[in-house]
Parts: sequence; C-alpha cells; structure tokens
Amino acid sequence: MDIASCKGDFPLLDQTVHGKRLVYLDSASSSQRPRVVLEAMDDYYETTHANVHRGVYSIAEEADRRYDAARVAVGRFIGAPDPEHEVIFTKNATESINLVAATWGRRHLGPGDVVLLNDMEHHSNLVPWLMLAEERGVELRWIPLGDDFRLDLSDLDRLLDGVKLVACTTMSNVLGTIPPFAAIAEAAHRVGALVLADGAQSVPHLPTDVRSLGCDFLAFSAHKMLGPTGIGVLWAHRELLEEMPPFMGGGSMIGDVRHDGFTTNELPMKFEAGTPPIAEAVGLGAAVAYLDALGMEAIHKHEVALTAYAMGTLGDRFGADLRFLGPATTEERGGVLSIAYRDIHPHDLAQVLDQMGVCVRAGHHCAKPLMRRLGVTATARASLYVYNDESDVDTLADALAAAGTLFG
Amino acid sequence: MPGLEDLYREIILDHYRSPRNRGELPSPPARRAEGFNPLCGDEVVVYVDVDDDTLHDIRISGQGCSISQSSASLMSGAVKGKSLPEVRDLIRTFKAMMSIHEARLGDGEADDPVALDPDSLGELAALQGVVKFPVRIKCATLSWNTLAQSLDQDDAEAPA
Repeated sequence: MDIASCKGDFPLLDQTVHGKRLVYLDSASSSQRPRVVLEAMDDYYETTHANVHRGVYSIAEEADRRYDAARVAVGRFIGAPDPEHEVIFTKNATESINLVAATWGRRHLGPGDVVLLNDMEHHSNLVPWLMLAEERGVELRWIPLGDDFRLDLSDLDRLLDGVKLVACTTMSNVLGTIPPFAAIAEAAHRVGALVLADGAQSVPHLPTDVRSLGCDFLAFSAHKMLGPTGIGVLWAHRELLEEMPPFMGGGSMIGDVRHDGFTTNELPMKFEAGTPPIAEAVGLGAAVAYLDALGMEAIHKHEVALTAYAMGTLGDRFGADLRFLGPATTEERGGVLSIAYRDIHPHDLAQVLDQMGVCVRAGHHCAKPLMRRLGVTATARASLYVYNDESDVDTLADALAAAGTLFG
Repeated sequence: MPGLEDLYREIILDHYRSPRNRGELPSPPARRAEGFNPLCGDEVVVYVDVDDDTLHDIRISGQGCSISQSSASLMSGAVKGKSLPEVRDLIRTFKAMMSIHEARLGDGEADDPVALDPDSLGELAALQGVVKFPVRIKCATLSWNTLAQSLDQDDAEAPA
C-alpha cells in the first residue's frame, strides 16, 4: 500500500464544499477514516453483533473473538508486552487520563504530593490533575516552554524533586513539538516518579513502543488515528493495573457482588464497566491494520516531508506576514502547523478558508495555559495526515492569500 | 469574497479595523464585566459609567475576531447616552435578531419573541448576516451578553 495513492481510500474526502474540492487539514482534532474501517464496523453489525463476554451462542462468540482480536492488535501496535491484559478500552484519551487520575491518583496522591506538568499540555492532561489539586491539595509544577517552542528542561532535576507523577504529551497538539519523552521518563524514574504519556497526537503519526518511550501509562484516542469516535485506549503495566482500584462500577467489571460489597474482575474487564464500544473496537482494529500496512515509519516520513513543504511554501509566499507558532524546523516536530497571518483573527481566517473548501481549526485548541504563554487567545491550525498532499498545501496558501485580500 | 458578503459587510470591517470606544474606565466607579467565549477563547471586558439611570459612557477591551470586535464597537456607539430601559430594549432587540437561530440550535434561553424594528437597530442591522453562519452568532452576542451582565450584576448588588 502506498501513501501517495491512499487519498482515494477515504470516501469523505471525495466531495466539494462551496463548489471547491474539500481540503481536510484538521486531523489533529479528528481524522477521517478509510473505507476498510467503515466496512469492518458495518460487517460486525450486519453479521455478528451480540454483547461480549456473556453469550454462549455462535454470533456472541464471534463478537468476543473480534473484540478481543482488536485489543491484541492495538496492543501490538504500541509494543505492549502483554496486550491481552494491559490494553484497556475507554471512551477516548481524555477518559483514559481521568481513569488514571481517579484511581491511581486518588490512591497515591495527597496533600503536598507533586505532579509535574508542562506549559504545552492539552486540557485533558491538565484538568484531571487540577481537579486532584483542588480535591486533595496535590501540588502541581510546570516545566516551562522555551522561546524555541520546546520544553525548557534546564531545570528538570530541581523540578522533579519530590515528584510522584510526570504527565506529559508525546506531541503538542498546537505546536507540533515532540518533546524528548524518553529522557524525561528516565529522569522521572530516577526519582521514583511514574510517567503518564498523552499519546493522542503521536500514536496516530509516529511509530510507538511503550518500552522505548519508557512510560508507565499511555493514553490515546481512536478517532485521531483513522478509527471511529467513542473509543480510546489506556495502556499501563499489568502490575500497576492490578494494584489500582476500579474506575467505574457496573456490569463486566465485577467478580462477585453481595449486599455488603463486591470484588473486581480480572484485567482488562476490571476497568471496562458496562457494555463496551464493541463495533468501535473492531473499527479501531481495522484502522491499526490499515496504518500498519502503510507503515508508521513511512507515515512519519511523509508528514515530515509535507511539513517541510508547507513551511517552505507558506514562508516563501507570505514572508514576514506569516508566522508559525511552533519549532522552526521539522526536527522532533509533527505535522501540526499553528499559523498567525498578519493580525487576522484565526476565526476570520478559518471562515475565509472554509469558503475555499479548506478545513482548519481556529481557537485555543484546548490548551489555554499555552495560549497565555504564547500571548494569544487563539491560533489557526492546519494539521496533516496520510491523505494530505502538496496540492492541499497549495490550496491552503491560495486561501490564505484570499483572506489577506479581504481583510486588507 | 463570494459567499461571505453577508458576513463581512464593509461597515463591519470598518468597525473591526477602527473600533470605537476602545479602552477602559476607572472601576469603580465604572461597572466592569468580563465575557468569555469558551469555544474560541475570545475575551471581552465591558466598562460602563451609569448614573441617574443613564449609560453615560462605555469602553470595551479584550480580544476577538472581526465579528465580536465590530459587534462590540457598534454596540458601544448604540448604547452610549441612552437610558437604561432603552439599553435593555436594544439588548433584547439585538439578541432577538440573533436568537432565531440560537434557539433553534438548542442554545437554551430563547428570548420572548420581540417585534423586530429594523430602524431601531440602525447600523447594527449590518450584523444580521451573521445568523447565516450559526457558529459565529456567539461571536456577535458576546459583548451584548457581557453588557447585560454588567447591568444585571449591579442591579443585584445595589441596595434595595
């Protein structure tokens, strides 16, 4: 399978808006999905659906088989040593992080305990810890962002003093910055802290191996990696998951229930209360197979090349009128391009771009502390994925020029 | 640009480029209210100088898109020097112009229908085209909601 020709696999991209070819540049928010993912989910519903882990009849067994196979496929995709037990299906990356905060966090963090965050986190990896800070007096510390749009780690050892958990993204959803996660994790482990990786942006775009990342928890969402909405993943070491209290209570997660208490089920069901998103898991499994067929190394290479093309093209065409809020080179950087063009407000920019068929996101991208650090309230963000090509970037450039004309 | 003429009228772009009544008033005595659009991060701060049931002066600060900024600028000119009942009427009328779609979008608080008198809106009628772009309605109403908030808050705090 070839990335150059994969655009045709995505039915949604084959349409026009306002009479223009649709150019989708918002994959950092949510990606589109290839036909094979939609077909896998349709086939599941058309031939196999029954609740999982309950039935003894044939189609229920087949539903079990497909659901469990998806779990193993996802686990292998991220290098999980024990996919059958360590991959928990959640609603999305946000729920995965909330799960860790509500279970591991409530058990291990109290007044004076420190969680180390940083200036470029998404709200999903901030607010669960802010909630713990409010609820139990947990102290939050922040790794600052340097003027080069990369984390300033010069003071890391001091910041790590007394830290129990480091929660850090593996790629900024605003800047594209890929922090030196493995080095941060190593330093954190030296002081006995655990490390949570918010992989929502990197897992869809970079080869992922939980062992080389060195994380203890990894959270990500299916809908940013060609899969369906409504399902996300939490990976953690089996020993950690065994020791953590359950998250939500309900069916599937119990061993026994009596008037005076309950026991929890084995992993991974312990953390999957209620009927899970079965068709979504099947869709995620198909998405992972599709990504594997394209090759994660090849995907990364494609995005680096396209990011370089975009930075070059827009830089040449608009010069000092256009500024990227993110690292200036493609080193340790993903295909997320936050753009400031003259002083045109991102919402106005996005509105004009829509008229030209170009989908970009305008707003704070759920990273308000970062917006404050950058001194802006919002940015216009174009983000690239497997189905984008140079013609998409060229259309973006034409649309920016049109916005420049309108707002003078 | 074709398709966007209704949104970006010349008068809107003019108020965006040269906003009227921009700045701050010493508070107190001026009333001050902050408004945020949580979806896009836009912020507006409204300062009003109210005395004898009249809105004597108004200043607007904050940051936002052309629609929120021009709406705030147009609003400031429309309410300055008006009596508070007139200001409240204008807020209601403006929000009614915007609320047809807001209500349909399930935004909650649909105002009681108000007979729209285009003449009473003057230049503000230029913002009517915003209703064709539902996502931007909140941009247009941000400063108006913040103004209403400044009046209501202070009513509540004022001695009976």
